[in-house]
Amino acid sequence: MPDVTKSQSGGAAVDTAVDAVAPPTEVDTASAAGPAPQGKPRSLWGDAWFELRHRPLFWISAVLLVLLLAIAAFPGMFTSAEPRNGDLTNHFLTKPELTHFFQADWFGYDGQGRSIYARVIYGTRASILVGVGVTAVVTFFGGLLGMAAGYFGGWIDSVISRIVDIFFGLPFLLGSMVVLNAFTERKVYVVIAALAFLGWTTIARVMRSSVITAKQADYVTAARALGAGTGRILFRHVLPNALAPTIVVATISLGAYISAEATLSFLGLGLADPTISWGIDISDAKDAIRDNPHVMLFPAGMLSLTVFAFITLGDAVRDALDPKLR
Amino acid sequence: MGRYVARRLLQMIPVFIGTTLIIFLMVHVLPGDPIRAMWGDKAADPAQVASLRHEFGLDQPLWKQYIDYMVDLFKGDFGKTFGGRPVSEEMGMAFPVTLRLAAVALTIEIIIGIGLGAWAGLKAGRAADTGVLIFTLIVISMPVFVLGYLARFIFADELGWLPPNVQDSMNLQQLLLPGFVLAMLSMAYVARLTRTTFAENLRADYMRTALAKGLPRRRIVGVHLLRNSLIPVVTFLGTDVGALVGGAVVTEGIFNVQGVGNLLFKALGQREGTTIVGVVTIFVLVILLINLLVDLLYAVLDPRIRYA
Repeated sequence: MPDVTKSQSGGAAVDTAVDAVAPPTEVDTASAAGPAPQGKPRSLWGDAWFELRHRPLFWISAVLLVLLLAIAAFPGMFTSAEPRNGDLTNHFLTKPELTHFFQADWFGYDGQGRSIYARVIYGTRASILVGVGVTAVVTFFGGLLGMAAGYFGGWIDSVISRIVDIFFGLPFLLGSMVVLNAFTERKVYVVIAALAFLGWTTIARVMRSSVITAKQADYVTAARALGAGTGRILFRHVLPNALAPTIVVATISLGAYISAEATLSFLGLGLADPTISWGIDISDAKDAIRDNPHVMLFPAGMLSLTVFAFITLGDAVRDALDPKLR
Repeated sequence: MGRYVARRLLQMIPVFIGTTLIIFLMVHVLPGDPIRAMWGDKAADPAQVASLRHEFGLDQPLWKQYIDYMVDLFKGDFGKTFGGRPVSEEMGMAFPVTLRLAAVALTIEIIIGIGLGAWAGLKAGRAADTGVLIFTLIVISMPVFVLGYLARFIFADELGWLPPNVQDSMNLQQLLLPGFVLAMLSMAYVARLTRTTFAENLRADYMRTALAKGLPRRRIVGVHLLRNSLIPVVTFLGTDVGALVGGAVVTEGIFNVQGVGNLLFKALGQREGTTIVGVVTIFVLVILLINLLVDLLYAVLDPRIRYA
């Protein structure tokens, strides 16, 4: 799952950056076609934004994401149907009415007579919450630990790196299954905590290596010579210059966390019933799939669309921020 | 070389102890008492509960339980399930199945993934490249269980090409569909990775040299370019074993393959702690060893890398 970035397996002295896809020719034409920077050089972030604006995939994912965030925040605005109460007598496994846009029967009804459209809309919040929540927690703690390891070095680095190695040895999905199995009441924050518990190492590794590079720069020496304290150097000089790879990894893994949540809920180890989650709905649909594929199709489609939006955004951000591809 | 391997093996020991300790703690600190749960809703005889608890060593302090477990492990004893069967026996039945499944998946991953990636990389910026990019994005967006049901619905239920459920878990032909589903996600990553390194290395100096020497295109691409581009791909395949393991739990469940994933899933449901710890321990060991193997493979792929 989010293991794309887990490229360093230690030991070997090879630079094995796992970064994918950015048609180099496209990059060249994009920067050539843009307004020639007159004198004033753009910053890394300005450059990245310039890159992003010229990518159709970025705009596709951005529009999708705004829509998904709106659905997650205000599901009631998108449907007036009730997602929890089913009507078994009238709506048992009713087929979808594909022309009834935004109506309760648009996507049909499931095996408990509940509107699938309403369930798909109301399920968005849990997925987005888990994805964003895990990413935030992991970026904060992983980033902080990685920063400490990279900047201070010595025994602090040794201790943190060994802990990272240990957690890195645990398979992500398998480990979260074992952790979540320990909880009987699995609310959104429990799932976030379990996924973050196993997911923080990637960010810590990435942050550590970029901090090690950034702290050797001349401006850090200059800042220290001017008498800046450790905190100021770390947060004003090192961090802004070491942040880009972390942001890239964080955006890409967001989609993977959503996918992991759905997988765990599907297995009955993630979110549980009063919470509406696409994973649970897909799991409920698996016996009906043969004659009523619509019961699975719509939640699965919505889930894939959401993961697609986040992964594509991460891709675009990576291409824009990775100076190696320029 | 020998010294390097020895050093790496030594470094593995603390990591191995740490990971097993975490898993052991997570499994045994769980709320809920597996022994008490054997009686279900009925009232349990306290004396019987106490004697069973003693038999499985659950009345010992946790650190003692962990040390006992590790000592037994080094003797090759994975302990017993609450049903009384040795865990090693259960795993001995399940592991060959999962190994086969993983082998099928890995083969598909390597052949299709590298093939697609090489194709896209050689045609960087053209329609084929964009097509592969979009295809991989779609595959990555689909969680493995969605892919699994989709594949089962299309190939088994609608087209009837393959049986929907695996009856004989050791039959390679029946493992084809689950293997394919398991491979898809990593295949997409392998394709993208191969594509990037191919496109990057196409502009390398040695490529121009090879072309100037008048080597046939097949040799330039097949030997010079491929070998140089494989290093990141091999790294990825090595670290991907962990993801494959997680995916196996889902895939084996969907297609009813009697492998380790299924064993683990059942053990989780029954709070069969010894089995959970045993399975995860083996996986951790496999992952650590494969990472070492990958690092050694670098030297084969790139002779400039030497281990002292």
